[in-house]
Amino acid sequence: MPVHPTTTTQPTALIVTQALTKQFGAVTAVSDLTVEIGTGIIGLVGANGAGKSTLIKLLLGLLSPSAGQARVLDMDVTVDGPAIRALVGYMPEHDCLPPDVTATEFVVHMARMSGLPATAARERTADTLRHVGLHEERYRPMGGYSTGMRQRVKLAQALVHDPRLVFLDEPTNGLDPTGRDDMLGLVERIHGEFGISVLVTSHLLGELERVCDHVVVIDGGRLLRASTTAEVTAASQVMVVEVDEQPDDLAQELAHLGLAVRVVGRQLEVVLTDDSGLDVVRDRVATAGLGLVRLERRRHRMSELFGDAEAGRSTNGR
Amino acid sequence: MGVEPPTGVIHDIGYRRYGGGRAGAGDIRRALVVDSLRAAFGLGRSARSKVMPMTLLAVMCLPAAVIVAGTALTGADELVGTYSTYLFNLQLVVSVFVAAQAPALVSKDLRFGVMGLYFSRPLTRSDYVVGKFTAMTAALLVLTATPLLILFLGALAVGLPIGEQVPDLAAALAGAGLASAILAGLGLLVAALTPRRGFAVAAVIAVLMVLAGVQGVSQTIAVESGMDDAAVWYGLLSPYTLVDGAQSGLLGAPSVLPVPTGAAAGTVFVAVSLLLVVGSVLALLRRYRSVSVS
Repeated sequence: MPVHPTTTTQPTALIVTQALTKQFGAVTAVSDLTVEIGTGIIGLVGANGAGKSTLIKLLLGLLSPSAGQARVLDMDVTVDGPAIRALVGYMPEHDCLPPDVTATEFVVHMARMSGLPATAARERTADTLRHVGLHEERYRPMGGYSTGMRQRVKLAQALVHDPRLVFLDEPTNGLDPTGRDDMLGLVERIHGEFGISVLVTSHLLGELERVCDHVVVIDGGRLLRASTTAEVTAASQVMVVEVDEQPDDLAQELAHLGLAVRVVGRQLEVVLTDDSGLDVVRDRVATAGLGLVRLERRRHRMSELFGDAEAGRSTNGR
Repeated sequence: MGVEPPTGVIHDIGYRRYGGGRAGAGDIRRALVVDSLRAAFGLGRSARSKVMPMTLLAVMCLPAAVIVAGTALTGADELVGTYSTYLFNLQLVVSVFVAAQAPALVSKDLRFGVMGLYFSRPLTRSDYVVGKFTAMTAALLVLTATPLLILFLGALAVGLPIGEQVPDLAAALAGAGLASAILAGLGLLVAALTPRRGFAVAAVIAVLMVLAGVQGVSQTIAVESGMDDAAVWYGLLSPYTLVDGAQSGLLGAPSVLPVPTGAAAGTVFVAVSLLLVVGSVLALLRRYRSVSVS
């Protein structure tokens, strides 16, 4: 029997760019970017002005590349822009909600603009607003909404047409810590529960570390790194030891035994070359009669990708 | 095994994928026109957004109702007003509608960053412009044609002969259509130049009032100086007199102004009108090419 694998095989890469470049006059916003992004939650990390928003606009077919190519959902961004935009959702970073319209009216209109028939637009609007956690408020004009509610509506309009892929540009911007957690929870559900792949940008690395399967790091429009979050945050050789009192004494003792130790506040950072070091630390703590509060292998932080200068800006900065 | 599956259970169905059809560009354009037309009358908006357009529609229709009532009471054998001069006489109401609603259709999208959401959808920039223009034209047609239809139905109700009504009504409806397109193009163009709604309202009303004022004054001066032939052409200066000239020149409709007689002059008025419409839409398309996504 002849086999036609192409008929059923979904392309595994949702986004493929090849030497993608975008110049605005003398400024190069995206430079020679070659990257392949599969399904899941993908974090697009970079400082403000690193080229994240330009990349999203290139992928939506709203800007034409100065050089190179990009394909989204196996369609060429330069010729299939409208077809791509029918199957992709976009939540912009900036405010985009008129104040005198209710969330329901607005999202229904946006669903229609994405090509949903009137009845489907109404049904999916109600469903989607419920999923993002907007309830009775949806019948009130959006002018009176809190930032958190506004972000939910912005997310709903990006999801209402059931896209295959959503671009979320800085979805946690302007939210308080609780709102941030809620939004990140929603981002996780979009892929985990709704089955929609997510490309989410942030300049806050700690957030992406929490929700993303993959990270793409760009700086000055160039690709710095593309890898899984697990690789980036893999276990390091540094062991964090926290005791209830006298950390300095313990540090001295361990140093005498030939271990590299650094005191950071109430914690000790001990570099271990093999597992026997664990036993040494345990025994020393027990002999000294100290209470062992914490003994864990430290993980790499995404912030380390940017070096020390960037690390200070991260929420997880040391 | 042997256990009956439970029936009548309420499921939390969670997220549902959408498997239905997705409309093509044509249906999306139509949806934009319908939603924008509704917005022009504040439908689906707050009560406050309805006040202005609905009041203006009522004010526009009121004189028609009075004319009908007057005709019925006096038992006159014709309407005490004409269809084709109705728009000219009530031009202030129409201008206020354009000034109030054209910004509602375009300035707000510019001001509140909604354009990024439109452009990230299948719609193109020209789809948006053509859709908004069509909706504004349709809204103005509702505003200008409704009183004409009230007049007509009133005339029929008081027993005036249909045959005498239809030619003037037809000319007036054609004029209303032309005026709607001209005013929609001009109004949207001026409104799209500024994201500030207040400025847009003021700018639209200023443009329409200045045009009408210059037209009125220059035409009066021409008539006073005995230059009746030249006076006719000053009608080209304002949208309302432009339409009036087209109506009377080409369709022989009655007018209160020095108007062109004959098809040739009427054709000039129509040509200038169409040029104005096409020019405004092209200028709008040009304006929206430079609107950035965010």
